[in-house]
Amino acid sequence: MKEILRAAFVIARRDFSAIIYSKAFIFFLLGPFFPVLVGIAAGSLGGQIAREAAQPVVGLAMARADSQKLIDMREKLAVNMGESYFTQMKIVGDATSDGGKNPQDYLNKKEDNLSVVLTGTLARPIVTGTKRSVDRESASIELLTAHALNPGAVTLSDAKADFVAETANNDKQLRTVTAQGGQVLVFFLTMLLAGMVLSNLVEEKSNKIIEILAASIPMESVFLGKLFAMLGMALLGILVWTTVGGIGLQVTQGLPNFPTPAVGWPIFITLCFTYFIMAYLMLGALFLGIGAMAATVREVQTISMPVTMAQLINFFFASYALTKTGQPVEQFAAIFPFSSPFAMIGRAALEPTLWHHGVAIVGQLFFAILLLRLGVWLFKRNVMKSGNAGRIKGDGKRKLFGLIAVGG
Amino acid sequence: MYAIEAQGIVKQFDGFRAVDGVDLKVPVGSIYGILGPNGAGKTTMLRTLLGIIDPDAGVRTLLGSDRPITQSRNVGYLPEERGLYQSMRAVDTIAFMGALRGLSLKEGKEKGRALLEEAGLGYAADRQIRQLSKGMAQTVQLMGTIVHDPKLIVLDEPFSGLDALNQAKLEKMIRAQAARGVTVIFSTHVIAHAERLCERIAIIAKGKISFDGLVSEARDRLRPQVHLETETLDGIWRKALPADTRAEGHWWHFTLPETGVEPLLTALVEGKAGIKSLSIERPGLHDAFVAIAGESVAAEMDEPIAGETL
Repeated sequence: MKEILRAAFVIARRDFSAIIYSKAFIFFLLGPFFPVLVGIAAGSLGGQIAREAAQPVVGLAMARADSQKLIDMREKLAVNMGESYFTQMKIVGDATSDGGKNPQDYLNKKEDNLSVVLTGTLARPIVTGTKRSVDRESASIELLTAHALNPGAVTLSDAKADFVAETANNDKQLRTVTAQGGQVLVFFLTMLLAGMVLSNLVEEKSNKIIEILAASIPMESVFLGKLFAMLGMALLGILVWTTVGGIGLQVTQGLPNFPTPAVGWPIFITLCFTYFIMAYLMLGALFLGIGAMAATVREVQTISMPVTMAQLINFFFASYALTKTGQPVEQFAAIFPFSSPFAMIGRAALEPTLWHHGVAIVGQLFFAILLLRLGVWLFKRNVMKSGNAGRIKGDGKRKLFGLIAVGG
Repeated sequence: MYAIEAQGIVKQFDGFRAVDGVDLKVPVGSIYGILGPNGAGKTTMLRTLLGIIDPDAGVRTLLGSDRPITQSRNVGYLPEERGLYQSMRAVDTIAFMGALRGLSLKEGKEKGRALLEEAGLGYAADRQIRQLSKGMAQTVQLMGTIVHDPKLIVLDEPFSGLDALNQAKLEKMIRAQAARGVTVIFSTHVIAHAERLCERIAIIAKGKISFDGLVSEARDRLRPQVHLETETLDGIWRKALPADTRAEGHWWHFTLPETGVEPLLTALVEGKAGIKSLSIERPGLHDAFVAIAGESVAAEMDEPIAGETL
């Protein structure tokens, strides 16, 4: 065991150095910032478009004095209730002069962009518009007309805000948000980083150094070393991204306010980190095994898509199980190795019990080792042959991933 | 005492027997050649002996251990398909290969520089492998094979791809290692290399060993050839010539009879053959190889592959 770890360290050190000293590594570090930049740019552009786009307006076609009262009341209440609570209002007609004008005529005028038209009186207002628009505007119009009819009858007090971290209402349902947040974060990190392991042995196979490695150290060390190197690189990336992200959030004061998980934030974050490592090791060991049997980069690219899909299915399963706490499906998700890290993150957010995390982590580690050994066994069985890897002697045919015979 | 012992080794791929019941004994401190044409099973046999792949049947021990990987620190291996990390510096490559075999990186670098200096490549120590010529890269790999001072060096087709000068350097290195008591085993399809270097050889064809022993023993399997030139063409002396004699004018070519050269000479002199010249030629390894492995197998040997000179 000591020799396996020693040799794995030699491989990990070589791979880690080769990665971080390569020019491509800077792009790896910058990678996650591209979507953020695109998101900011798109958000800014969208905001500008939204601002510039014509906002819906409530058209007022009552008697001018009533309409003015409504507008004044809107301004007054908006101070307390927020500007966004009420749709903008605009006087589009005067009932005293425009008498029996059909409200539809006002709505047809494109330049006014009216969602509804208000006619009648303050005591008996008539809201004209599509059902959806009327449903949306009715309540606020009724509020405004009531206050406009009896100004000063109701005074809104200005409640002072006093924020607390937690309340009795901060229950399992709210914590589900935290659970989903943790799951999504760990899933995306795993999907982004573990997939890279797929092509990890292709370099050694294409430059033939694999035979030197296989003759010098146990293949378990080669696989383990590669896994550790990629994990090291992933953790370095996460460190950089969280540091930059943390600084960014501090500057913008945009730290999202998630409900406190059942196990508390420090343990939850530690568990998320641990489950990321576990998910990474399991998927990494699986991908390394699959990738090791691919003879070419093309084969690796071919299997990338189904592998990503399988990961998505796994994630969706774990997410679905989150809503079924205590039910067999959730228990299965917690036991099934590939979904276990995600399901257990859900549990950490929803339930305060800690011992089952210890059991899950040990189980996941055991499964990762099992996958690693299986990968090694398949590699030795199917790849390490005389001549070209995976080539069947005699008929000149080749075996895809060393298993499926393909044309000569 | 044997560095490698193998008994009944079988390795098959998809029903094809690449190695078929091989028995082998490589004495400690010897230079041992494995001769055979391409596809004979040399590489598979070496991989099996080194533990890179496991045999389907049979037993093998490497430096006394039946788990070859446990002897990794005492073994140096140069595979047939050369491979190095292209972006690694030459000295780091040697140190890395040493580290795989248990050497510390610091020591590996120091010894790597010394080995490169010795090979006249000190100036290239800090260059990346991709910046080196093919021959230089092969030398770097060879340095990586011996940097940890192994007790056993296994070289799979070490001469292929080398020019005459580098082949000579490699032969010198092999002799130097053997002089230090290191066991060297190498495979080749070029008989001349084995003849110049080896004390013992194994001849392999179609996965089977057809000879394993001293080079002299292989040669002794053939009787020496006699080339005789006489003044007369006929006489009583003709009865002394064996049945396989081939005549070319006044020249007679035949295998030295079991009875030896003295009775033959006596018969020729007493029969007044008029000996003008007589030479006895000991058969070379090539002739022995033909006799042991067969004409068809021998025809596949000694064909230079791309970039190789004999």
